[in-house]
Amino acid sequence: MSITQTLQIAWEGLMLNRVRSFLTTLGIIIGVASVIMMLAISAGAEAAIAEQINSLGANLLIVSPIRGVPGASRTMVYEDAEAIAETVSSATSVSAEQNASQTVKGGSTTLEAISILGVTDSFPGVRDYAIGEGRFFTTEENDRGVKVAVLGYGIAQDLFGEESPIGQQITIGSTRLTVIGVMAQKGIVADVDYDGRVYVPIEIVFQKFMPTAIGGDRVRTIYVKAESPEVIESTISQVTTVLAERHDVDPAQPDFTIQTQQDIISTQQATTEAFRDLLGWVAGVSLVVGGIGIMNIMLVSVTERTREIGLRQALGARPRDVQLQFLLEALILSLAGGLVGVLAGVGGSTLFGALGEMRTEIVPLSIPLAFTAAGSVGIFFGYYPATKAAQLDPIVALRHE
Amino acid sequence: METPLIEITDLQKVYGVGDIAVYALRKVSLNIRSGEFAAVMGPSGSGKSTLMNILGCLDRPTDGTYRLDGEDVSHMNRAELAGVRNRKIGFIFQSFNLLPRLSALKNVMLPMLYSDVIMPLEEREILAAEALERVGLGRRLHHRPNELSGGQQQRVAIARALINRPPLILADEPTGNLDTHSSAEIMSLLADLHTQGVTIAMVTHDPERAAQAERVICMRDGQVVSDGRGDRHECLERRS
Repeated sequence: MSITQTLQIAWEGLMLNRVRSFLTTLGIIIGVASVIMMLAISAGAEAAIAEQINSLGANLLIVSPIRGVPGASRTMVYEDAEAIAETVSSATSVSAEQNASQTVKGGSTTLEAISILGVTDSFPGVRDYAIGEGRFFTTEENDRGVKVAVLGYGIAQDLFGEESPIGQQITIGSTRLTVIGVMAQKGIVADVDYDGRVYVPIEIVFQKFMPTAIGGDRVRTIYVKAESPEVIESTISQVTTVLAERHDVDPAQPDFTIQTQQDIISTQQATTEAFRDLLGWVAGVSLVVGGIGIMNIMLVSVTERTREIGLRQALGARPRDVQLQFLLEALILSLAGGLVGVLAGVGGSTLFGALGEMRTEIVPLSIPLAFTAAGSVGIFFGYYPATKAAQLDPIVALRHE
Repeated sequence: METPLIEITDLQKVYGVGDIAVYALRKVSLNIRSGEFAAVMGPSGSGKSTLMNILGCLDRPTDGTYRLDGEDVSHMNRAELAGVRNRKIGFIFQSFNLLPRLSALKNVMLPMLYSDVIMPLEEREILAAEALERVGLGRRLHHRPNELSGGQQQRVAIARALINRPPLILADEPTGNLDTHSSAEIMSLLADLHTQGVTIAMVTHDPERAAQAERVICMRDGQVVSDGRGDRHECLERRS
């Protein structure tokens, strides 16, 4: 018996109960659609995170001190940054950062507990952070500790509104500074609000905002920009060598850590991955439930059509002809469900993306994957009813009412 | 001497084992020649249904041999038996057993679906139409079973039984669900087929129908108790 004829019989069998056939496939439709959508949503989220973190500066190394390492006599200081800039050949640019929390007054507004970032003039270059208005401070202004400030986009809005802040005076703690620039809008990236900060020469933070007990030249972070992605690894080992020697520690157990953007992306991705795994389970359970639905309906169908099966056997249908007929019915059900599910998943993902709130990227592989999963579910859960049908005794089946 | 179409020797069918064993057939030996029209009669429990199931290759004997058209079918597996049924046997049932959603034509084409002979659809349709023509339903090709009378439905079933040109037609109470008029029509159709050389074995408990066969095999308690010409047969006399 040819496969097209068997297909036709299977199709006719399903068309006997259109509504029932459709309802049976709902579980598969939901399962497949959710597989595609959850992959699209998490791929979208990952792409968005990677893009944001890369926007923090290309080929960036972030060096931070670790407190309490045995034998570490010093913490990281400004000279460490200068030493790296001088000796690490693959570093194109180095900046240091120390921060403080202060009250900021400007115009008629007072803002409490604002993060004041003392950085060097190379900061915008290292972090690929554009100036929105005015300019950043120069090397000379930095080294001499000239009292100038560059505002984050949000701070400029809060203090001066529509008015241009350039040339305005602000007071940080008890120090008066002149605003010379405003950073471009950046938003919140990896839990840091870049727009809610004020950038000043690091010397000012050392002189004005650091308690003497902490020491005037300690830095919280050193940023190193590597020449290219290929030299990131070698730059890390060079920086490690330089700092370990300066700090007099074992390079294998340093008193500092060096993070790359990839590390940060990986940390953030752990969240999306957990989310994706959860959705994956939901989708998987839905597919299994859909499969059980198919098995249930196929068993009902076999019982209802026992007499037909008996007749077909009498007319010469072999056990495997009967088995194939019912297996194909289950397969058609699940693949039809898979097809509708793919359309629903792609449509739903596109709609989500278009509506704005959530970025979605349809993963091309997810479509054949979901489709194959649906087909496998059909075969797996169709096998038992089909085999049951094939094993019916024709004499008993023909007598069935 | 010509080989009989049906040749059964010491056929036994036993259900259960030991003390609870029930003998449905006890060493039945029987030949039916090609072209014969035989009626099988007997009260319920006589073993005639069991015999027909085995003759129809729907069931296998516990013991003994059954040769159909020269082929020993007593030890075949289910798939092989299905092939034999498709090629060698046409079934006519008491309750017609047509698929309600299919037209008369499609119902007649069913056995060709399971045939080893691959034929294009058009050719199969022509053959099915010819078969329906042969039973007098040339104008009812596209009617569904519920649009046909009982007699017409049974004729569709007969066309279906003939479609693969099997050497043997097995009819199980073919007029059991029909009124007198339709019964007479079906019997005359079977008689026509017989004169055209088709071998027919028919189970019936209606002596009038059995009398129309040329041979009546009477069964009781799993054995053949008489076998002979229909018009003066003791199985019939006892009942009438």
